[in-house]
Amino acid sequence: MSKQIPLAPGLFTWPSDEPALLGGRCGSCGYVAFPFREHCLACGLPEMAEVELPRRGRLWTFTTQQFRPPAPPYAGADTVESFVPYGVGYIELPQACKVESRLTVSDPAQLSIGQEMELAIVPFGVTSDGQPTVTFAFRPV
Amino acid sequence: MDVAIVGVGLHPFGRYEGKSALQMGADAVREALADAGADWRDVQCAFAGSMEITNPEAIVGLLGLTGIPAHAVLNGCATGNTSLTMAAQSIASGEHDLAIAIGLDKHPRGAFAADPSVSGLPGWYGEAGMFLTTHFFGMKITRYMHDHGVSAATLAKVAAKNFRNGAANPRAWRRKPISEAEILGSTVVNHPLTQFMYCSPDEGAAAVLLCRADQAHKYTDKPVYLRASALRSRRLGAFELLSPSLPLESVPSPTVDASRAAYEQAGIGPEDVHVAQLQDTDAGSEVIHMAENGFCKDGEQEVWLAEGRTEIGGLLPVNTDGGLIANGEPVGASGLRQIYEIVTQLRGRAGARQVLGNPKVGYAHLYGAPGTAAVAILST
Ligand SMILES: [Zn+2]
Repeated sequence: MSKQIPLAPGLFTWPSDEPALLGGRCGSCGYVAFPFREHCLACGLPEMAEVELPRRGRLWTFTTQQFRPPAPPYAGADTVESFVPYGVGYIELPQACKVESRLTVSDPAQLSIGQEMELAIVPFGVTSDGQPTVTFAFRPV
Repeated sequence: MDVAIVGVGLHPFGRYEGKSALQMGADAVREALADAGADWRDVQCAFAGSMEITNPEAIVGLLGLTGIPAHAVLNGCATGNTSLTMAAQSIASGEHDLAIAIGLDKHPRGAFAADPSVSGLPGWYGEAGMFLTTHFFGMKITRYMHDHGVSAATLAKVAAKNFRNGAANPRAWRRKPISEAEILGSTVVNHPLTQFMYCSPDEGAAAVLLCRADQAHKYTDKPVYLRASALRSRRLGAFELLSPSLPLESVPSPTVDASRAAYEQAGIGPEDVHVAQLQDTDAGSEVIHMAENGFCKDGEQEVWLAEGRTEIGGLLPVNTDGGLIANGEPVGASGLRQIYEIVTQLRGRAGARQVLGNPKVGYAHLYGAPGTAAVAILST
C-alpha cells in the first residue's frame, strides 16, 4: 500500500489516529489562526507558536460547491464528468477560531448550523509521481 | 471645492466579440462628453480603471493625445468608486477644472480562476477547491437566513425584480423577465443560491465627467453633486471572502463602515435616500446589503420584498437598471455603471424605469474580494 501524502506540509498532524489541524497562537495577544502564520493578524507581532487545534467544533455556516472549480488551481483527481459536489463551511473550534473547510457531506438536508462536527482526513488526489494525497474535511458527529 | 457630475456615458455591458475593452471605454467617454457638450481636449486629467487590461490609461491613444495626466486604477470590485473618487479629488483640490473617471473591462467566461498567491494565500487553498469567491456568498447568506429568518422565496424575489428592471432598461444585458419559480428551480450553484441568483462576469465600459461645481452650468442645467465617497477594507473579525480562518468574535463588514462614513460626510441619512444601487453579486448579497447600508433592520428584508418596497415605485427602489444580475460585472466599469444609473434617475431621464416623485438623493454601493466596500452619495 502506498503512503498517503498530505495535500501540503504543516496543515495537520499525519499520520495519526487522532489527526489535528495545525494553527498558530499569538504569544502576545492570544489570537489564533489557521493555517500557521508567522505574524499575528491582530497585533502584528512575530510571536505565533504552532498549536494543534481542537478536533471537534460546531458548524457556523455552510454551503455546497456544485461545480468543479477552475483547474488550475483546483487539483482534484476528478474530471468535469466525475466531479462530485462537496460541502464547504466554517467550523467554530472552541477557544481557537473558525476554520473554513470541506465537509464530507454535501446534502444541505444533512447539515445545520450549530451541529457538532469532527475533523476527518479524506482521500483527495494523486501527486505527479502517483502517490495518493489526503486533505482535511469535517464530518457530522 | 464642491464637485459636480456633468456628463455620463455607458457602453452597455454584455458580450462583444471582436471589440476591445479600450474601444468600449472610448465609446463611453465620447458619450459622456457629448452628454456635457464638452470636447476631449477640455478634459484635464483621466482615471481609467480595469481588472483585465493592465494599461487602461492607454485609452488616450483612442481619444486624442493631449498630454494630460492619465492614471490606471485597480481596486478590485471597488475600482469604479476609486476612479470616481480620485477624479473628484483632483477637482476638489483645485488642481483641475474638468476630470473624467473611466471604467472598462472584458472578462473571459466562467468562474474567476487565478493562483491563490495573488491574494497572499497558500497554494493548497486553491488545490483543495477553496480559492473561489462564489461559495462565500452561499455561506454568508446561509448564516444570515439562519440568524434573521430570511427565506429562499425572498432571494428569488430579489433576482426576479432585477431581471424585471433589466427588461425595462434598453441598455441592460439580460432583458428577459424570469419568474420566481424559475429562479428557485434553476441549477444550484452554491446552496441556497441558484444560477439565476448570481451575476456573471462580462464586458463593458462606463465614464463619468466631473467638474468644479461653480462651472457645472457651462455643461448642463441638471448637475448632480457628489456629496460623499468612502472606501473601507475589512477589519479583523469581519466575515469576508477568501478567509481560511476567522476569529471567533465577529465585527461588522466593511460595507457598514463605508456606509456610516459616507452618511456622515454627506450629512444625509438612509431615510433621505430616494434611489439606491447595491452590489448584487448574488441575490443574497442584495438582501444583506439592504441592512448593512442602513436601509432596513436585519430580517426586515422579508417584509420589504413581500411588499415590493425595493421595486421601482416602492419606498426605496434598488438596482433600477437591473443591477449586476441583469447587467453582469465588468469589474473596472461596474461602479461607474451604478453612477450612470443614479445620475440618469436624478435627472429624470430613465424612461420606463424612471423612479417617480422627482428623486433627489442617490446612493451607490460596491463590495468585493478580499473584503473591500465603497459607497458614494449623490444629490441634485
Ligand atoms: Zn497577537
